[in-house]
Amino acid sequence: MKVLVAVKRVVDYAVKIRVKPDKSGVETQNVKMSMNPFCEIALEEALRIKEAGLASEVVAVSMGSAQCVDTLRTGLAMGADRGIHVEATGALYPLTVAKVLKALVEVEKPRLIIMGKQAIDDDCNQTGQMVAGLLGWPQGTFASKVLLDREKQLATVEREVDGGLETLCLDLPAVITTDLRLNQPRYATLPNIMKAKSKVIKKYTPQELNVEIKSDLEVIEVTEPPKRKAGVIVSSVDELIDKLKNEAHVI
Amino acid sequence: MAMLRAVKTAFLPRFSSLISTARSVSTLVVAEHEGGAIKGPSISAVEAAKALGDGNLISILVAGSGPSLQEAAAHAASCHPSISQVLVAYSDKFTHSLAEPWARLVHLVQQKGGYSHILAAANSFGKNILPRAAALLDVSPITDVIDISGSSQFVRPIYAGNALCTVRYTGTSPCMLTIRSTSFPVPAISADTKSNEARISQVDLSTFGEDSVGKSRYVQHTSQDTERPDLGSARIVVTGGRGLKSAENFKMIEKLAEKLGAAVGATRAAVDAGFVPNDLQVGQTGKIVAPELYMAFGVSGAIQHIAGMRDSRVIVAVNKDSDAPIFQVADYGLVGDLFEVIPELLEKLPEKK
Ligand SMILES: Cc1cc2nc3c(=O)[nH]c(=O)nc-3n(C[C@H](O)[C@H](O)[C@H](O)COP(=O)(O)OP(=O)(O)OC[C@H]3O[C@@H](n4cnc5c(N)ncnc54)[C@H](O)[C@@H]3O)c2cc1C
Repeated sequence: MKVLVAVKRVVDYAVKIRVKPDKSGVETQNVKMSMNPFCEIALEEALRIKEAGLASEVVAVSMGSAQCVDTLRTGLAMGADRGIHVEATGALYPLTVAKVLKALVEVEKPRLIIMGKQAIDDDCNQTGQMVAGLLGWPQGTFASKVLLDREKQLATVEREVDGGLETLCLDLPAVITTDLRLNQPRYATLPNIMKAKSKVIKKYTPQELNVEIKSDLEVIEVTEPPKRKAGVIVSSVDELIDKLKNEAHVI
Repeated sequence: MAMLRAVKTAFLPRFSSLISTARSVSTLVVAEHEGGAIKGPSISAVEAAKALGDGNLISILVAGSGPSLQEAAAHAASCHPSISQVLVAYSDKFTHSLAEPWARLVHLVQQKGGYSHILAAANSFGKNILPRAAALLDVSPITDVIDISGSSQFVRPIYAGNALCTVRYTGTSPCMLTIRSTSFPVPAISADTKSNEARISQVDLSTFGEDSVGKSRYVQHTSQDTERPDLGSARIVVTGGRGLKSAENFKMIEKLAEKLGAAVGATRAAVDAGFVPNDLQVGQTGKIVAPELYMAFGVSGAIQHIAGMRDSRVIVAVNKDSDAPIFQVADYGLVGDLFEVIPELLEKLPEKK
């Protein structure tokens, strides 16, 4: 069984982002970029499935500019067997990414797609659900535990939902999106980073996959959120209670 | 006369196109219900729908099985005065809000109703179902909308709320949105208006597509029962972070919450360390809250945590590190040891009425 993992290159989670003065977007030049943390978790899960003898191959896919290759190399250094880079410029919305993934499923024939529940830049939380919908596959979103049964071709997925945890049973092939608590991703070791250099990254364009990049969204502007007005430091519990009661009127 | 004609030709086309867009706004709200009642975040989605245009006809879709569905349909008919129609889909397939049958249902209802907009709450229910339905309808959905101007322009947070993005939807209908409920609070008056009961009708499921339905099955749900108010809608939230050090110590936060009639929140670090269950996590990847009062104890104030509470009206931070970033967003900060501050608060705070 082959597992496909989608990985996205985003501004590193620890960076304090800056909005561009012309309001066209967020500064990404000369800013540290990394693999989206949820994608790392997805890849880690795929690797563990392979190590448990339940999958034969883990293929990492990334879409976007030429630099996505760096993200794929990171994934290969973590342990993915091969990479696929679908090179495209400009904004890629989840609908397009989902269509590209669907086209790749036709080429690669995986039995499982694992991806992050959201990218920490656009915060969309859509792509996994959309590719599952396009493929007619069942989906297990916001997964905090995944158990595979190879014989019965089933995945049991525990999901983080508003009221607690929900367990679903999915027929394979399926799409799973990862929540933070699914696992702790490994670091790439130096020998594995060296090994990754000789692993194959296949290139496609969306045209070669017969996916048309059309967009039904237009970004008008990106602005900074309103600043909160400066607060005060109080010196005692009594002062705090007094302020909450008599100034803020909240207790 | 000539001048009048000139005025007419200059203004009429734009005017009439305005009318036609206004007329074409009709919204379907995909609603979640529990115990026979529509959930608060779904009612907020109805509130948001009002902003899409004057004369917007708002329908609400409820689905499920058993007597609780009938109760939920009746509640849907009277829970918000702007709802003009309740669509009820009665089938065992919808009992557990699985994405596969629900997305199919939305697709079916859209084919019959031709809505200009489809909305759901940006909670785990809406985020699971709406994008799948959007893919079936071949449109791009818009996540976590916090502001609406007219029928096609929306604001949503990106980068953990550190930037706000205004987008215009230029695609074909339906335009599909998930709504951040704290940005569209339902006024108390509209919440209990019983005057105009909406019409209730059944969805004809005879052409319901079965393709991906049945490929997923519900197994179980686990939750911790709590008497406390719901985190998403509480007036006061008391949050504990890693500074609490253990699940045992975290009980202090619970005691304080009890005293204030507040909900309990937590940081990712507190959840990962096993102090509390995951559904109490506040932040970019947990719950978004905007209470009147947010009190954070032993919370450093990481970007990802601030994302979930920055819109609170009053923020209080107690931390022993005076450089903790949380103090940059706090209205009232107290630099001190929470193990001394919380007991003192418990002693000195007035009993809740
Ligand atoms: C992709 C991603 C998503 C994330 N999503 C979320 C999210 O949704 N929500 C979230 O909360 N985090 C999230 N995080 C984690 C986030 O980055 C922080 O790691 C986390 O918020 C830190 O939690 P904390 O403030 O409890 O712990 P710490 O950062 O360890 O802070 C503990 C604080 O307690 C103080 N303290 C210790 N002892 C005492 C004492 N006795 N008295 C007073 N103060 C004391 C310390 O000074 C310190 O400031 C996410 C991270 C990533 C990478």
